[in-house]
Amino acid sequence: MSMVTINDMAFVCIALFTILSALGMVLSRNIVHSALALIMTFIGVAMLFFHLDAGFLGLVQILVYAGAISVLIIFAIMLVMHGEPNQTNRFNPSLGTHLWGAYIALLMTAGLVAAIWFSGLPEVKGRTVEDAVGLLAELLLGKYVIAFEVAAVLLLLAVVGAIILARGVEEK
Amino acid sequence: MIGLTHYMILSSLLFGIGVYGVLSKRNAVAILMSVELMLNAVNINFVAINRFINPDQVVGQLFAIVVIVVAAAEVSVGLALIISIYRHRKSVNLSDFNLLKW
Repeated sequence: MSMVTINDMAFVCIALFTILSALGMVLSRNIVHSALALIMTFIGVAMLFFHLDAGFLGLVQILVYAGAISVLIIFAIMLVMHGEPNQTNRFNPSLGTHLWGAYIALLMTAGLVAAIWFSGLPEVKGRTVEDAVGLLAELLLGKYVIAFEVAAVLLLLAVVGAIILARGVEEK
Repeated sequence: MIGLTHYMILSSLLFGIGVYGVLSKRNAVAILMSVELMLNAVNINFVAINRFINPDQVVGQLFAIVVIVVAAAEVSVGLALIISIYRHRKSVNLSDFNLLKW
């Protein structure tokens, strides 16, 4: 019987928090509650990144997901919501489709978990790098500079396209 | 002892919850939110594999950053499309989006 360290306890707490928030997002019938649970899930994932010694990525997760994308989603919900709030995020009214969705998701998850559990994954007990942010910057602006530039152009095009789509075509 | 296996199982569970949301919800915004959950699960996998298999490199974190950029682009275009369709149909229910059906 191996010792349970405080590190493991922290992982279990963060994992439970993340999974319960995700379940709350999917099972809630009110879309505003779903959005709030989604923000909790993003913060849980950020805590997982901190636990994995990826501090910079955790900060990016909080800034981009819990900050920007959640605000975007809540604005969209405010623009398109109408009617009874408790009926805004219902499941598929056809029970067959709903059950098929649950069945496929359950089957896929069970298959993935079994595959991961029964394959002995190799683990390296090495130390993480000291200056991870510096190394990341060196890779991003050195070896992977093309990916960096393509991501920048993609983001610009997507935002301009989103503005054009949301503004709509002017009727003559 | 918490290792790579536990992180990958957690990420599979999150991905499965996202798949369930995509397949069983009717609200277009809720489906977009479930897709975001699936992308987050993929990011956990990238960072965990980087941490436990190749800890003296940060390539996995770099991949995760690129995934975050693509997810941000995807969610902005998706929400713009939903708002644009809502203006015509006055609904965000996916069953009402039959514009391409004759």
